[in-house]
Amino acid sequence: MENAVRKKKFDFNRISLPSNIIINVIFILVILLFLLPLLLVVMVSISSEKTILTNGYQYWPAQFDISAYEFIFKSGKDILNAYGTSIIVTGIGSVAATLIIALYAYPLSRSSFAPRNKFAFFAFFTTIFGGGLVPWVFIYSQLFKIDGTLWILIVPYLMNAWWVIIMRTFMKSSVPDELIEAARIDGAGEFRIFFQIVIPLCKAGLATIFLFCLLRFWNDYYLALIFVKDHHLYTIQYYMFQMLSNISYLTSNSNIPAEARRNLPSETARMAIAVIAVGPVIFAYPFFQRYFVSGLTIGAVKG
Amino acid sequence: MATEQTVGINPSIGASTPDNLTEQKRLGKRRKSKGAMARDLAFYVMLLPGVIVLLVNNYLPMIGVIIPFEDYRFQDNFFSSLVTSKFTGFQNFVFLFTTSDALNAMKNTILYNIVFISLDVIVPVALAIAMSQMWNKHIGNFYQSAMFLPYFISWVAVSYVVYAFFVSQNGFIDTSILKTFGIDQIDFYSEPKFWPFILTFFHLWKYTGYNLIVYIASLSGISGEYYEAASLDGATKWQQVKYITLPLLKTTMIILALLAVGRIFNGDFDLFFNVPKDTSMLYDVSDVLDTYVYRCLINLNDVGMSAAAGLFQAVVGCVVVLLANVGVRRFDPDSALF
Repeated sequence: MENAVRKKKFDFNRISLPSNIIINVIFILVILLFLLPLLLVVMVSISSEKTILTNGYQYWPAQFDISAYEFIFKSGKDILNAYGTSIIVTGIGSVAATLIIALYAYPLSRSSFAPRNKFAFFAFFTTIFGGGLVPWVFIYSQLFKIDGTLWILIVPYLMNAWWVIIMRTFMKSSVPDELIEAARIDGAGEFRIFFQIVIPLCKAGLATIFLFCLLRFWNDYYLALIFVKDHHLYTIQYYMFQMLSNISYLTSNSNIPAEARRNLPSETARMAIAVIAVGPVIFAYPFFQRYFVSGLTIGAVKG
Repeated sequence: MATEQTVGINPSIGASTPDNLTEQKRLGKRRKSKGAMARDLAFYVMLLPGVIVLLVNNYLPMIGVIIPFEDYRFQDNFFSSLVTSKFTGFQNFVFLFTTSDALNAMKNTILYNIVFISLDVIVPVALAIAMSQMWNKHIGNFYQSAMFLPYFISWVAVSYVVYAFFVSQNGFIDTSILKTFGIDQIDFYSEPKFWPFILTFFHLWKYTGYNLIVYIASLSGISGEYYEAASLDGATKWQQVKYITLPLLKTTMIILALLAVGRIFNGDFDLFFNVPKDTSMLYDVSDVLDTYVYRCLINLNDVGMSAAAGLFQAVVGCVVVLLANVGVRRFDPDSALF
């Protein structure tokens, strides 16, 4: 309290009380605009099917019901399979990608490595020019022919030039040259220096990149959309995508038998699947959010 | 653990006597070239996995830039197909620039990007400046986190959100809002005129938090002394923003806008594919080059056209980013990208 009063006395350059209130009100409105759309999906998923059919989607349903979730866990074999695929792909992919990116960034961060700028350009060039979608698809489907395997959901996302640059900047600023020089004099090899000195010093940076990767793999539907035809390789995101586009197709074509329509997941089950797919991200969000902020802050500093 | 290492290492250096040092230096010099070579070798090994991924994922597809110049037919091997397919010159590009769908996609791509680039500067900068003036910084952090959340929501889930609001019969807008005001229901998914606003809203919804954090980061780099001095001289808040904050944010604004300008021929596939749910009735206002390229290849199997549009995007995008960079470098070297 005393502290606040003292602060008040010195901070003569702050805005007036009415301005402060107006700014806060604006931000509260913006935040409602940002969060309410998500809340609707959650509320629909715990509504009872009957109220949806009579009243449509509502924020406060007349009747609550969690049978949509029961349905998914009991009979949603495909859903659970897709969920499992997503977990496997995300797990393997994120660890591999983080390691590859860190290994690529480390030599670029060492001023003793003469060709470092050449390799930085080798990575950076991919952000300003690419062959386009068609050759990219053909490389995987016609040259390496991995489009029917789990690898197609992992390999394309193993590198990212921006994250290499962020990681390099992080390593430059948090690993002192003297420390590495000292380890060298003690006879440590480069790999030992990397794993025993650089990695422990760069934990925060690595966590940022790891979370970036985690999110990229978990949220990805694109690779499955382009390459995957086999049901067993569906990820949870692609499963959701398929479900929504099937629903639109079936409901917009009146000549499809009612039989096929009856097999559609109920309105609430659709939204419940969305909640289950997004759930882990939202629950983890408060914990990982600061790593993203620090990652972006490093990235914002030119260098 | 790292500190243990340091402690363990330092005494060994400190232990060397002056006599020892010269000896070490002499030896060290000879050893250095050998050591440097071994070190470089280790560095190359570290770079190898990344180089392989970049070669496979980014550089090999660049060979495919010849696909739009031929009538590509796949025969059991990618490379031999590239060589043996019939050369057709610029035919695919002629088709591309005479097809109304492609031209529509091109127009949409550029128009949306112009709107997005402007809003992505104006909205986050305004919010960042407002946030920096708030009395309570903790609440500011909370606002920032809340606005960053949509960035982490997958695009497929976003399409569910859009669906929950706009689908006819059950959608929230139709049943809860329009009904309350006694307005007739609208079938949004067959009414193109609403979608430029919906798409722009969801673009801002998804990315504003991200841009906000970048701008807050560069705002925090501005020394508070400038503002103190200005306010002692009687500058108002508006004057401080105009003459201190905005000029100092200029570099960040230009770099971010420059990156976006370089991608002016790239539509955001995630947004334009998922939010309108690839509805053909909305293509007039929702089709961008990226969704067009995708549809040509996957739905229509028109390799030539798709590849031509893709190459056009890549080349023009590359030229635009280089030109923009040259232009920026001329009048403000600090803001140039490279």
